[in-house]
Amino acid sequence: MLSPMPTARKSQARFLVGLLLTMHGFFVVPWLVANAPLEKTMGIVQKIFYFHVPCAWLLMLSTFVCAGGSLAYLFRGSERGDRLAQSSAELGVLFGLCVMVTGPLWARAAWGVFWTWDVRLTSSLLLWLMLIAYGLARRYGGAGGRRLAAAMALFAAADVPLVYLSVNLWRGLHPTTKTVSSLAPGMRLPFFFSLAIFSALWGVLLALRMRVERSQARLVELELAVEDAEGKSQ
Amino acid sequence: MARCSWISQAARIAWKDLHIEGRSREVLYTMGFLAALVVLVFSFAFISGQEGTVGPDAVAGILWVAVLFSGTVALSRTFDRERESEAICSLLLSPVPRSAIYAGKLAATAAVMLLVELLLVPLLAALFSAAIWPHALWLGLLLLLGTLGLCSVGVIFSAALLRARSRDALLGALLFPIVIPVLLAASRATAYLLDPAAPDLDPALFWTRFLAAIDVVFVVVGVWTFEPVVTGE
Amino acid sequence: MRRALPASRGEPMSDRVLRLVNVGKIFGRHRALADVSLAFVPGRVAALLGPNGAGKSTLLGLLSTLSQPSQGRITLGDEDLSRHSPLRARIGYVGHEPGVYGDLSARQNLRLFASLYGLASAERRIDEMLARVGLDGVRREAAARTFSRGMLQRLALARALLHEPEILLFDEPGAALDPAGAAWLAGELQREREAGRLVVLVTHDLVAAAAIATHLVVLRRGRVTLDETRASFSADEIRPIYEEATRGKV
Repeated sequence: MLSPMPTARKSQARFLVGLLLTMHGFFVVPWLVANAPLEKTMGIVQKIFYFHVPCAWLLMLSTFVCAGGSLAYLFRGSERGDRLAQSSAELGVLFGLCVMVTGPLWARAAWGVFWTWDVRLTSSLLLWLMLIAYGLARRYGGAGGRRLAAAMALFAAADVPLVYLSVNLWRGLHPTTKTVSSLAPGMRLPFFFSLAIFSALWGVLLALRMRVERSQARLVELELAVEDAEGKSQ
Repeated sequence: MARCSWISQAARIAWKDLHIEGRSREVLYTMGFLAALVVLVFSFAFISGQEGTVGPDAVAGILWVAVLFSGTVALSRTFDRERESEAICSLLLSPVPRSAIYAGKLAATAAVMLLVELLLVPLLAALFSAAIWPHALWLGLLLLLGTLGLCSVGVIFSAALLRARSRDALLGALLFPIVIPVLLAASRATAYLLDPAAPDLDPALFWTRFLAAIDVVFVVVGVWTFEPVVTGE
Repeated sequence: MRRALPASRGEPMSDRVLRLVNVGKIFGRHRALADVSLAFVPGRVAALLGPNGAGKSTLLGLLSTLSQPSQGRITLGDEDLSRHSPLRARIGYVGHEPGVYGDLSARQNLRLFASLYGLASAERRIDEMLARVGLDGVRREAAARTFSRGMLQRLALARALLHEPEILLFDEPGAALDPAGAAWLAGELQREREAGRLVVLVTHDLVAAAAIATHLVVLRRGRVTLDETRASFSADEIRPIYEEATRGKV
């Protein structure tokens, strides 16, 4: 049985605080980014990196969290794990979309082509596709759809290093087109701040999404309880 | 007790599938025909009139794409006979460990796919004058490892989609992104083997080892996830 | 692990009780079973009755270990049924579908299941079973797909009884059989009961139930509305009992 939803005031307060912090962050980030030093070769275009990289990391985080939730769901029947998996997969698709939009934009502005089969972008693309497939499996997989999707998530997580390695070695003969080995000092603060704010946004969205699912589950529980009560009285 | 050993039970299940397939040869023929057609389609799509052939890279790619597409046919059919008359329930009711069922199904599906691939390779050799003979055994090993990689994932998804309506569409959608590393490793290694001008075969060896590592990872995850996925709700 | 087969047909296989405690089953938004507490004892034939959608097949599915309860526990003796995979060898189940491979012949099907259950002297046992269910006259190579419904049902019964399970679960086994077959089945169930097996039978046929049942369970809307044990039920008694137990607001 799910515990009753937290009282309206308590949860509202929590979310308000989280949302405010994140929104505040979103006003600060552009200011920091605008004032960050310009990169030598690419100039202002490079600043898309402050948005692109956090999104890519969050895509990866979403995949692993989805796999973790799927593990709990498949092997211990944890419904909460299933809700976690579903929510993080959705977020992964969302942030993955950001990666897939910002990546080619950056590539176009910096090197003239939209796509270069760059290691990280290609790996992100595959991860993104796996999370989309996760969603398809959940929706259209029939009665066993959730378990199918959970198995998919586990394979996807196991695949992350394999994909990265194989794509990296596949392109190994070509020089890497991006060298962001170490950040210049002036860039560190904006970057880490941006990363923190994006992660906070991810966390807030995850919590909100899970809450919706939990409310749904609680509703079903209550409906069943009403049915049970009716059944008993007959 | 020898009679009940895990291996003998897995073998029994594999044998049952192969025996049934041996009689009707339905999957073999349809899959084989499809694979040959995929190769032809690629030929028409890629060969320009002038040279009339493509390099070893492209031949390797065509081989593995044909294996992937036609393999999806075999994989989507792998639990068909269990679905009919709910024989899957009888299998699940028996004391056979689920991992043995997985292994048996994996072996049987891979065997059928390998048979088709062994016919596909000479076809490619004929169409593109590909040099398959210098490293024929190694090529065979690659086919085995690549097929195992595809099947280890495909059997799981096929089992999970046992009762789903949109089985055929979903199987490809789920399978393809996951097995990209298999495709990459297998086609890269094959390309090196088919290239008469390659200076040495170290890259091919590397990719072969990598493929083996992928197989280990996928089979482990597969054995793990088979039971929850096939027992359904 | 070698299973000891009983020395003679009359010896009881075990005295373990199949018990359900507060078992519930939910499918998404739909509750199929609620608060089911029952005890099935060897040497009895339990008839599970109820209107369509009452949850009878669901309950049988839980007893067979094919699905797991959402709530509650099912135990055989003192072992939890779901966690104990060797216990599956003790169960024989015939559901709505025969559960056999259409491409294989009757004999090949039974050989497959005999090897999966690790049975010794399988051929002799298969011959016995085929003779017992009346399929020994069938052409040897005939694929099961060519069988009539009744023949498939007989094959399913042979499959379920092949490994001499101590628990027999049947979901409307007589539905596909002709009157002669149905009479034969009743005789078989009687035999199994006398051999000390635990039989649970889902059926719509009140007359057939009356003929062999010694334990009557009626389900309605996923709940147990009757759970009665008697030496026997007569055909006259059973209809009013059933109707009383299924009366209620629609």
